[in-house]
Amino acid sequence: MEGLVSAAYIAAAVLFILSLGGLSGQESAKRAVWYGIAGMALAVAATIFGPGMSNYVVVILMVALGAIIGTIVAKRVEMTEMPQLVAALHSFVGLAAVFIGLNADLELGSVMALKASGGDLLHLAGFAATLAKKTAVEIGILKVEVALGIFIGAVTFTGSVVAFGKLAGKVDGKPKQLPGGHMLNAGALALCVGLGIMYVSGAGLWTMLLVTLIAGFIGYHLIMGIGGADMPVVVSMLNSYSGWAAAAIGFTLGNDLLIVVGALVGSSGAILSYIMCKAMNRAFVSVILGGFGGTSGPQMAVEGEQIAIDADGVAAALDDADSIVIIPGYGMAVAQAQQAVSELTKRLRDQGKTVRFAIHPVAGRLPGHMNVLLAEARVPYDIVLEMDEINDDFPETDVAIVIGSNDIVNPAAQDDPNSPIAGMPVLEVWKAKQVFVSKRGQGTGYSGIENPLFFKENTRMFYGDAKDSLNALLAKIA
Amino acid sequence: MTLVIGSPTEVFPGENRVAMTPASAVALAKIGYSCVVEAGAGLAAGFPDAAYAEAGVTVLEDAAAVYAAADVIAKVRPPSETEVGLLRDGQTLISFIYPAANGDLMEQAKDSGATVIAMDMVPRISRAQKMDALSSMANIAGYRAVIEAGANFGRFFTGQVTAAGKVPPAKVLVVGAGVAGLAAIGTSTSLGAITYAFDVRPEVAEQIESMGAEFIYLEFDEAAADGAATGGYAAPSSPEFREAQLAKFRELAPEMDIVITTALIPNREAPELWTPDMVAMMKPGSVIIDLAAERGGNCKLTVPDEKIVTDNGVTIVGYTDFPSRMATQASTLYATNIRHMMTDLTPAKDGVLVQNMEDDVIRGATVVHGRDITWPPPPPKVAAIAAQKPKEKPKALTVEEKKAAELAAFKAATKSQVTLLIAGAALIGLVGLAAPASFMSHFIVFVLACFVGFSVIWNVSHSLHTPLMAVTNAISGIVVLGALLQVGSDNWLVVFLAAVSILIASINIVGGFLVTRRMLAMFQKS
Repeated sequence: MEGLVSAAYIAAAVLFILSLGGLSGQESAKRAVWYGIAGMALAVAATIFGPGMSNYVVVILMVALGAIIGTIVAKRVEMTEMPQLVAALHSFVGLAAVFIGLNADLELGSVMALKASGGDLLHLAGFAATLAKKTAVEIGILKVEVALGIFIGAVTFTGSVVAFGKLAGKVDGKPKQLPGGHMLNAGALALCVGLGIMYVSGAGLWTMLLVTLIAGFIGYHLIMGIGGADMPVVVSMLNSYSGWAAAAIGFTLGNDLLIVVGALVGSSGAILSYIMCKAMNRAFVSVILGGFGGTSGPQMAVEGEQIAIDADGVAAALDDADSIVIIPGYGMAVAQAQQAVSELTKRLRDQGKTVRFAIHPVAGRLPGHMNVLLAEARVPYDIVLEMDEINDDFPETDVAIVIGSNDIVNPAAQDDPNSPIAGMPVLEVWKAKQVFVSKRGQGTGYSGIENPLFFKENTRMFYGDAKDSLNALLAKIA
Repeated sequence: MTLVIGSPTEVFPGENRVAMTPASAVALAKIGYSCVVEAGAGLAAGFPDAAYAEAGVTVLEDAAAVYAAADVIAKVRPPSETEVGLLRDGQTLISFIYPAANGDLMEQAKDSGATVIAMDMVPRISRAQKMDALSSMANIAGYRAVIEAGANFGRFFTGQVTAAGKVPPAKVLVVGAGVAGLAAIGTSTSLGAITYAFDVRPEVAEQIESMGAEFIYLEFDEAAADGAATGGYAAPSSPEFREAQLAKFRELAPEMDIVITTALIPNREAPELWTPDMVAMMKPGSVIIDLAAERGGNCKLTVPDEKIVTDNGVTIVGYTDFPSRMATQASTLYATNIRHMMTDLTPAKDGVLVQNMEDDVIRGATVVHGRDITWPPPPPKVAAIAAQKPKEKPKALTVEEKKAAELAAFKAATKSQVTLLIAGAALIGLVGLAAPASFMSHFIVFVLACFVGFSVIWNVSHSLHTPLMAVTNAISGIVVLGALLQVGSDNWLVVFLAAVSILIASINIVGGFLVTRRMLAMFQKS
């Protein structure tokens, strides 16, 4: 029976790897998700029907309830709310990891007590049975694993809750830190390490409860200190943490499948964080420590003025243009303008014009967020291109339309060595013959950096809510 | 009192242009001038006397009458001796003068007391573009050169695939990308020919490419002559540069069907760019249009004002009167240039001519004034063209350098990898010393899974990062296994915590997978 369970786990691990590997292309991804579902079903079924299980009523009740809630959430969620959903799901993994870690200690306590009183160890089942067989060294290691699992889990939990709050607009998106800043975090971390050492050398459950609280504070404080546009990095980092938490739990329970999946998810999140950081030309540490790095001198003064244009002007320019590139950003998601963008794209394409989309890796609040929004609005994915694929084409582009993005099209990143975003790869929209910027007003973007693009001679500002502006524009285009 | 502007008939044989058109006369009347014209002056350019009369121009019998009646004489070609003789004190003559070549003429004019304004001396500054007659005429010459070439070339310009067979496109080389050259490039490309262009000023490469031609680059290491220093004109080049240039042309000669040379250096004989041996290399039926024929020609075989056919069947056209061959167009543009010059000379728009010698444009164009020769003028106060910023070119690496760089990069990568491996091995070794075997077997699984994860995730398409996060979310719900193993405990607290964990992990699993599926279903190909 044990062998059969292990075989199921191996199969599940292979299916999970296939599932992630299948995401290399849009078509194979549709199959890949089924691999993931099959792997999960196999793993859960093998565990439930495996040895050492009891309390089936509770299990079935909880799984059914969870499935119902999960289905409702997945059906209801708007695509613009994906970042929040992802953050919320991360927090669940973190919380579960904390609970399982605490449970492991409780179980360990009762098994030890049983052993000490010379009770019957044979009737123990499941996790308790595994514990009973452990030697003293193994129990020491187990305690390290428990401490790690609880710590990572708690950081992930509160961090994700804060990230969820920020993304959902329930918490102010601006970076905020308590007095003491990162020293506070460092102190809290040192405290956790101390408590962990005490726990391993025999102190009771209270140390772990304290670690849970302190780690929860670290997660909260860390993410509160990071601003809105850095959210793609934060979310992928939390993704990574949730994976490491699962792996730590896997070690605690001696379950290889948990270890494998935890490692897969952990490395996936780490790679995503790396890609996002690279796209912003910032070191991972500086993102996590919050705020933009210090500037080395005064920023270049911006000359010229922002010239506004109305829907008629944009429509006329689009009528003359052959090649059009649209650059969506977070503003498009906020204004829910993706349907209008899609309709505009369809009409322009029907007129025989080339319409393409340029997606900066950190556009939006989640890696790949814009791609999902455009896909939802039925924009074909083969005209949605990455920055590296399209950046060289701007000089041959007649019209570039910037919808709700700011820093990712800021020429200061290339021209002004003193700019806070100097060196960040940006979409070179200003090389297009004409640029229209759909924007709410004259303010600066998230980073508070003036954008010289808006002052360029070939740039016209199309003020107003992105959705309303585009609908006004659609009325002028047959 | 309003002044009178008059245009006589051009006396130069074959000259069809006229310096005043009915349209320009109407515009001149608006700034207060009355106009006279010699009978028949505009006939060759397609403007009959009746058209002038209709525009309010007085038509006079002969040139003498015009010279007598007019205070300002507007002409095209430099005046002949007889014409200069007709000038009187206080009169103003506006025409092409070419002061460098016509010293005698200016001496004679100086003695007459008249003011002479040379349209060819208008400085090349933005403000004066509207009266830059050289550019207007060069534009026409460039256009006409292509038309002339087409008339003498036995094939299509554009490539065609017809039922009767395939026609290759003509290949046209334009040497010198001044106004005439650019006009020729534009005409040639719009007729469908494959057009190449060359100029000694590398800064015009952009203009050439914007007109749709291919700029021929010379591999030559010399501080490139900056056109800005010479008022936008080409300067003579060094002998080495010339050799490199000729070698390039020799390479191109056999392929080219039509060659249009427009290279002129101010106040010098035209440089020889298309040597007889290049002509000999060309295919029979090819055409050379030498727009520099008047100044000796860029090809020494060119006979000015004539069309010749060489022994190997190459037609060389050396006409010097291209603008005159399009007299209507040329007259319209030239008359407009004159009109703009008059507007500048009449600041109050009241028909009173003010010879403001402080004005850069007027000072530059005036060659005789107040019984004095005022040529050459002092340099204008405004630089004509902003100096080019030297462009930084990334240094091309030689093969050896590239190899060395690659080798260094490879070595560095190997070094960092080996360091990482050693450090990793040492770390795992330390863990292995302390930890029991049961832990190490899980550790192996963990390390291998990390490796698999890294290599698999790198291949994930950028556009699928959000589904990737959702699916990793779903599968990290695998922690449910831990809770499932614990839920059978005897301790009620453990059961409770495990039950909550099962609940939230199930939400994660189901929610994560369903939302991923929903997202992926939305990705559609066009």
